Amino acid sequence: MRAACWMGSTSVEVRDVPEPRILNPRDAIVRITSTAICGSDLHLYDGYMPTMEKGDILGHEFMGEVVEVGPGAASTISVGDRVVVPFTISCGACLACTRGLYSLCENSNPNAAMAEKAFGFPTAGIFGYSHLTGGYAGGQAEYARVPFADVGLLKVGPDLSDEQVLFLSDILPTGYMGAEMCDIEPGDIVAVWGAGPVGQFAMASALLLGAERVIAIDRFDYRLEMAAVRTGAEVIDYEHVDVNEALKELTGGRGPDACIDAVGMEAHHGTGAIQAYDRVKQAARLETERPHALRQAITCCRNGGVVSIIGVYGGFADKFPIGSLMNRSLTIRAGQCHVQRYMRPLLEHIEAGRLDPTFVITHRLGLEEAPGAYETFKHKQDGCMKVVLTPGA
Amino acid sequence: MRARSAITVNDRPDAVYSAWRDFECLPRFMDHLESVSVTGHRRSHWVAHGPVGTTVEWDAEITEDVPGERISWRSLEGASVENAGWVHFRPAPGDQGTEVHLELEYSPPGGALGSVVAKLFGEEPNQQVSDDLRRFKQILETGEIARSDGSPLGSRNRNQVHQHDAHPSPDDDQPRTTAGSGPEVRS
Repeated sequence: MRAACWMGSTSVEVRDVPEPRILNPRDAIVRITSTAICGSDLHLYDGYMPTMEKGDILGHEFMGEVVEVGPGAASTISVGDRVVVPFTISCGACLACTRGLYSLCENSNPNAAMAEKAFGFPTAGIFGYSHLTGGYAGGQAEYARVPFADVGLLKVGPDLSDEQVLFLSDILPTGYMGAEMCDIEPGDIVAVWGAGPVGQFAMASALLLGAERVIAIDRFDYRLEMAAVRTGAEVIDYEHVDVNEALKELTGGRGPDACIDAVGMEAHHGTGAIQAYDRVKQAARLETERPHALRQAITCCRNGGVVSIIGVYGGFADKFPIGSLMNRSLTIRAGQCHVQRYMRPLLEHIEAGRLDPTFVITHRLGLEEAPGAYETFKHKQDGCMKVVLTPGA
Repeated sequence: MRARSAITVNDRPDAVYSAWRDFECLPRFMDHLESVSVTGHRRSHWVAHGPVGTTVEWDAEITEDVPGERISWRSLEGASVENAGWVHFRPAPGDQGTEVHLELEYSPPGGALGSVVAKLFGEEPNQQVSDDLRRFKQILETGEIARSDGSPLGSRNRNQVHQHDAHPSPDDDQPRTTAGSGPEVRS
């Protein structure tokens, strides 16, 4: 089959690889009909996520049709089912899963010892997202093996298009969880760093959860414009205004009640010296993150407010504003999305027309065009917001 | 050589105890073992993997058996490899399942056999025992051992050092398994 493989830093090739097979009783094999490139794939593409191996199949946002089912999943999943695959691989039976903390599944990461060394305790397996998260082949391919298919797969009917449901695999639940972690109350103003697809969905979700207003912080006009048009967000271009001052002005001097970091480890900073400091340390592996967005989200948050982190980090950050966090009674909430917890309720929102995630799609390409798509997405060329790839197209 | 580790399994102590008490299933999750055969009420015959295809064998007996709480065993007097082990099962607080505490102790004899025994647990004995407990937990909680393209044989520390690429294997070396048999093919 054809698959988009990571071949080293900023190198993706679509290659011929063997087709996946059922390895465990609860596996299913899915023929992929739509697959997307995630902003977090760019961390892999740029070589900032450790434990990638040359040849790894990328991709953790995908859906398709079940073509084979192991005996342990056959009571709930059948050949021919149309399914969306959550990016988190979760057993459904461990204590974490039974508490709804699916991205912390205790049984799905065969490289748990590796993850334990990096993080203190291991986290769940994730498709196509380094060997630290299990070394699972990803979904930017024609087929994928899905472990614990009885727990993971979300069945969808024929009435909704691939584009309407594809993002239930990751970015819609991730944005939603980012907003949910803010414990939004009536009158709350929520500021979101990063107006990419996850940031857009975090803003839409914050409004759905009762936020009074949302504010988008980014530097790309087309992304800020999408936030303004699609969610009615007020916008701040951090390259042209002082974010802290602008937020104070927009909130009567209080600061946003909650701040969402939808940027992660490769943030850009408007001030050259600070950008250079983190870039050099990150390149020399003295620091794994460029955490400008997170630092700013903390220092800009209202006293006693919530900082919600859904942008991906991999290791250690410098100049963490712990003084601001501690003295101002801020709450930090964070996590890889517990996707299985949100898929069904969000599908209901889509079916009822309360959420339409298709607005973020700007590029529809064939799987063979993946290498160019990564470049376009990375450099934010051609108004690129979200790339959906179709295998076999 | 002494190795110990602990893990919490989301099941009742009596169920977790029963799974362990079935000694013939120990090799399914204990990396250094090839087989355990029950030869009597409290006696069993153990075969462990040595380096380059060699095996080490001994007979053992259960010295303590408290259902739902603990099992202890040790090699019989005169066994070529003196060893002992115990496992304790304790209810985790707050209805969080069962804590499994495991300790293994091997006393390598002199000579060539001693160097074989010394290698049974690799360079990180605690890590290997910790991985053993992870697989035990996986079998009890999910019915299978998690396997990926990068680690097709599951959570074995030595495999994690040398990862396959995360794409389906071109070889036929990835064992197919069913719920009953488990991944018993070895690299």
